[in-house]
Amino acid sequence: MRIYVCVKHVPDTAANIKIVGDAAYDTEVKYVANPYDEYGVEEAVSLVEKNKKGEVIAVCVGDKGAANTLKAVMAMGVHRSILIKTEDQFPGSDITAKALCKAITDDGGADLIFMGKQSVDGEGMQTPYRLAAEMGLPVATGIVAFSHGGETVNVQREIDGGAKELITIKTPCVLGAAKGLNEPRFPKLPAILKAKKKEIKEMDLADMGLTDQGQCRLKSLEPVQERSNAKILEGSTREIVASLVQILKEEEKVI
Amino acid sequence: MSKTGVFIETTDQEIKQSVFGVISAAAAGGGEVTGFLLDGRADKYKDQLAACGVTELVALEAKDIDFSKSPQATGEALAKGATDFGISALLGVSSPTGNDVLARAAMALKAPLALDCMDVDFTANTVKKSHFSGKAVATLEMTGALFVCGIRPNSFEAVESPVTIKITPHTVEVENSDAIIVTEVQAADSSRKDLTEATVIISGGRPMASSDNFKILDECARKLDAVVGASRAAVDAGYAPHSMQVGQTGKIVSPKLYIGCGLSGSVQHFAGMKTSKVIVAINTDKDAPIFTKSDYGIIGDLFEVVPALTKELEKQG
Repeated sequence: MRIYVCVKHVPDTAANIKIVGDAAYDTEVKYVANPYDEYGVEEAVSLVEKNKKGEVIAVCVGDKGAANTLKAVMAMGVHRSILIKTEDQFPGSDITAKALCKAITDDGGADLIFMGKQSVDGEGMQTPYRLAAEMGLPVATGIVAFSHGGETVNVQREIDGGAKELITIKTPCVLGAAKGLNEPRFPKLPAILKAKKKEIKEMDLADMGLTDQGQCRLKSLEPVQERSNAKILEGSTREIVASLVQILKEEEKVI
Repeated sequence: MSKTGVFIETTDQEIKQSVFGVISAAAAGGGEVTGFLLDGRADKYKDQLAACGVTELVALEAKDIDFSKSPQATGEALAKGATDFGISALLGVSSPTGNDVLARAAMALKAPLALDCMDVDFTANTVKKSHFSGKAVATLEMTGALFVCGIRPNSFEAVESPVTIKITPHTVEVENSDAIIVTEVQAADSSRKDLTEATVIISGGRPMASSDNFKILDECARKLDAVVGASRAAVDAGYAPHSMQVGQTGKIVSPKLYIGCGLSGSVQHFAGMKTSKVIVAINTDKDAPIFTKSDYGIIGDLFEVVPALTKELEKQG
């Protein structure tokens, strides 16, 4: 069984993002594997471990620094990687999907494809759908449970208010992982050292002969104004809650 | 005149509350609003939809297909509807179901798609949405004859704008495929309501110390007509189910009022609730980061403050 995991190299969610110019940011921040993609990596690796056969290949569209993210997921048990190089942190999801599709198809084709349900930088939530459309495969995202049944897989996806949809999908298929699917492992030192020797096949997005329709263009980025210090309510507990209720009712009019 | 389509998402034979805000956003955009319904109960919903500006309600049908079991057919039917009725922008609520249906429709239409949008400009064909876990707002420009857009719940107020509504049954042809089938829907274990649609939320962090202690939040929530949430720390400690988690890896919420009890105020938690209108923080630690990014702060023990707040709300009725 050959499982592909699509991984994005993203700024750590704890990083301070400084907007530079109209639609760029200071890239001198810590980068990590997109956290949602790690759930996909863990599921793929543990499936191959359980079956005692198969291969997991990570595919990433990113800059040369993304090699570090690929090493990190290879330390989690991914066998080898493909890096499709671009300097653009936000290539459109259509060109990203075309590139992932071509790389996976040229590499031999997939029995299963995992990725996160969204990236934590662009938060587009659509690459799984676009890749599935490019490949002509069924797709489901927001997956919190997975079991493999050969010709089909059974997955669960969380819908409103904690209710769950149980879904059966024919393989091959594209699955977008969510929190709750598993607990991604923390690699130990020997696995980290071993990962340094694993293969990363590199190619340039520009050389792949793909056309970007540019359907959705990032026009500008603006920092979100954080609130300043809270107005601290003082007095006895009784006085505090009385003034809070008054403020919420009469000034803010939110209750 | 341009026509804006809205996916009328329903659950348990009711229109999802945040759909009305999306309709108002579409109506404010200037064009005519066409609703697309897939659960076959057009007569039941028509008055509610007419009251907020839907001029035509298209009841989509497809032969031999049960839309509730086939997400792919649902998306494709919506896409066909959008094409057949000359829609230039297709909107819906960015809920788990809304996002899925809109994404499948956008793929079938080969159209640009933006989900979880906080604003949309129908003249410039731009949307605003979060980037970097709520740390930045991106403006995205959509090209082409039609774009698809999911709106974050509570981003727009529902506004009354009564019109005359026409119901149009419309049968579309979509592939009856068994590639992806919903076999069952399991109800939530918890009796607690859905967070994403809530207008008031009261959340507990790790200091809640047990799942049992969430009862004090439940009691306060009843007085506030609020929904109870939790931080990742509280969920990871097993005090609350993941469906209650607010933040980066949980629910993204945008209520009018958010009361955080014993929350430290992590970047990841704020990623999920910073677009709340008013944020109130309750924490014993006066140096907790949450006090630097909330509107009102109470330095005190949540186990004293929350019951006192419940009592005060009771007193005031």
